[in-house]
Amino acid sequence: MDHFPTNWGRPRNDAFDAYGTYPIHQRPNNVKDTFAEGVQHTQQPIVTGTSVLAIKYKDGIMMAADNLASYGSLARFRDVQRLHAVGNHTVLGASGDMSDFQYIRSLLDDLVIEEFTEQDEHTLGPAEIHEYLSQLMYARRSKLNPLWNSLLVGGYKDGKRFLAYVDLLGTTYSASTIATGYGSYIAQPLLRKAVEGREDTLTELEAQAILEESLLVLFYRDARSLDKYQIAKVTEGGVAISESMALKTSWSFAEGIRGYGAQTQ
Amino acid sequence: MAQTRSFNPYTENGGTILAISGQDFSVIAGDTRQSEGYSIQTRYAPKVFRLTDRAVLAVNGFAADGNMFVKKVKQRLEWYKHAHSKDMPLKAIARLIQTMLYAKRFFPYYVYNILGGIEEDGTGAVYSFDPVGSYEREACRAAGAAQSLVQPFLDNQIYFKNQVAAPGTTHPAHLPLPDVLSIVIDSFTSATERHIEVGDGLEVYIVLAKGRDLQDFEAIRARNVHLTQELTVTEDGERIFVMRLDLKKD
Amino acid sequence: MAAAATVYNPAGFDFSNQIRNNFLADRGLPLPKATSTGTTIVGCLFKDGIILGADTRATEGDIVADKNCEKIHYITESIRCCGAGTAADTEFTTAMISSNMELHGLSTGRKPRVVTAMTMLKQYLFRYQGHVGAALVLGGVDATGPHLFTIHPHGSTDKLPYVTMGSGSLAAMAVFEAQWKPNMTREAALDLVNAAISAGIFNDLGSGSNVDACVITATKTDMLRNFVKPNERVTKERTYGFRRGTTAFTKEEIRSLVVQEEIIGVRDDAMDIDGS
Repeated sequence: MDHFPTNWGRPRNDAFDAYGTYPIHQRPNNVKDTFAEGVQHTQQPIVTGTSVLAIKYKDGIMMAADNLASYGSLARFRDVQRLHAVGNHTVLGASGDMSDFQYIRSLLDDLVIEEFTEQDEHTLGPAEIHEYLSQLMYARRSKLNPLWNSLLVGGYKDGKRFLAYVDLLGTTYSASTIATGYGSYIAQPLLRKAVEGREDTLTELEAQAILEESLLVLFYRDARSLDKYQIAKVTEGGVAISESMALKTSWSFAEGIRGYGAQTQ
Repeated sequence: MAQTRSFNPYTENGGTILAISGQDFSVIAGDTRQSEGYSIQTRYAPKVFRLTDRAVLAVNGFAADGNMFVKKVKQRLEWYKHAHSKDMPLKAIARLIQTMLYAKRFFPYYVYNILGGIEEDGTGAVYSFDPVGSYEREACRAAGAAQSLVQPFLDNQIYFKNQVAAPGTTHPAHLPLPDVLSIVIDSFTSATERHIEVGDGLEVYIVLAKGRDLQDFEAIRARNVHLTQELTVTEDGERIFVMRLDLKKD
Repeated sequence: MAAAATVYNPAGFDFSNQIRNNFLADRGLPLPKATSTGTTIVGCLFKDGIILGADTRATEGDIVADKNCEKIHYITESIRCCGAGTAADTEFTTAMISSNMELHGLSTGRKPRVVTAMTMLKQYLFRYQGHVGAALVLGGVDATGPHLFTIHPHGSTDKLPYVTMGSGSLAAMAVFEAQWKPNMTREAALDLVNAAISAGIFNDLGSGSNVDACVITATKTDMLRNFVKPNERVTKERTYGFRRGTTAFTKEEIRSLVVQEEIIGVRDDAMDIDGS
């Protein structure tokens, strides 16, 4: 039993006494969160994929991801597909743990088959797939046993574009440009500048150029990325995922650089 | 064991909400930015939701919990409607929210709720909740990232705290709708100036009591025709509107 | 530690203050919060010299402490330095180096070089092992041409044609990686710096408000304070004046501050000033 009354509890809210106006002898120990020592599952992602990028454009949505699955800092698998079609109107892109992603795909395969066997004239669209995934991810986080991914769901159905995000916490949102992982710091500013306000006029070629430019910048700056990538598009005509392509890099800027300080040669 | 990280099931998604009640109306507002850390996830993610024609719920905190909570409240309200052929009264919704929050006392929804609307007696009402269900009816409340900036401003402007009335007069118990809307907008533009997680857009829900004179509201609506949208479903009852405004995006 | 008890100081660093601070933090008295960790600062090389850029937001945690602060600091007439990190550290460090550069110039009789400032800064920061939290972008033009460096809080440096720092550095760097070209014109380079800072302002919550820029060439330095202002505040819906007598008081006391004096002459002719 702690007989020091001021140690019994301290408001978690930083708005309380933010400027440290309490005298020192009245201050409680920084008591650790009561729940922190409780029963916990610990987990970490093992084989991981980096950023996924996606934008809305005139005819639908376009998504891009590289073909790398890393094992820590090792570039372990260099031909992994991280964009997958789900049904006829949706594409799913994943960053984070690749084994969890394979499990998610097996669940979605079952779901799509079940839906198909109903033969009730209804098909799953991107909104339904995203809702399913957000409920799945939120349920798993609530069991403290999350599926360690950030997922992008893009699609086109009944004349409507759809693009949304869900992650291991069950956090969801939609926007006209979304990027996961390092892409959210590096590519998202470029995507927003190129796309925001032009969603209804961007052509397929322009959209692809924007994504390829962003992938190139990511390859320069994200140490867990690769110059081999795929692009998926979902339009009126359905889902089309490209073959693997290679980025055209340029390192000529390095010619003039000598050392890091006073060196000149 | 090598480096193991314990999983934290919570995060904070920023933003701020507030609600103010008047004599025969209620105003519930929230910004539309959703953020995590120093990144903006989206510039438009609603935090304020129409529950019925006379009840609006604003949720702020951990967005995933917030969305799930609103979903479950809406489901309970639909069940109520099927069972009783009417919308649940505001004070009953408030008590429902308390029980639903307290049901998860030891794995709480990490959200601050503010419920606004019209009471059965036709008065405007605001109920505010903590994450585990403690609640109270108030005239105004701010919650979320900029609570510490906005609430003192409302205390001063709505409750007239630290203001002495002019000799021979008293402070009004309720402010008129145009004044309340101005205070709401100024609260958010000011919070946007001084809090990094507040900005992008503002959604203001306005709930008007049944049979209320609409003259003052129509004047405001006329100035913002393209920004204001009516969400009323039933006829001859309370009326509910939403006004969408821009906030700074930096 | 015995360090404090003995009159003889042992060789090497003394970390007793850090031990004290850790103890205080453990008792629930953390160090006071310092201003400004979020920032976007950049620098880039162009045809005629260097352009530095910065946003103007200073933060204390998630509160904006200053909406229009200056992050491009003066080192010499043709050398400037952008600072990110702890505001006090960047301001003090750049002011001290600026002072030492002036003295250096006077004692050598030459215009001091950018590498001199870089070396002084990195040696100072290395000495403090990262506890002086200054992340800097140093740029300028000297007798040996234009130079651009980044200096990290621990004292490491980089020399590159385009650099970024602060919480918005990734957003700004993305813009440079996508658009920077060698030998740009002044106009193109200014547009690029503006785009890079704007990427930070609109995508990083730690950065905001206006764009400052500084163009340094061999002949001239142009400090473009508030070069672009994309975030002007809208006018408020109401005015918040208070009626005279709004503030309550418990006691009223009026005192005369006028000193009453009576002047008594010592001699009759004391005031005779015409000297007749």
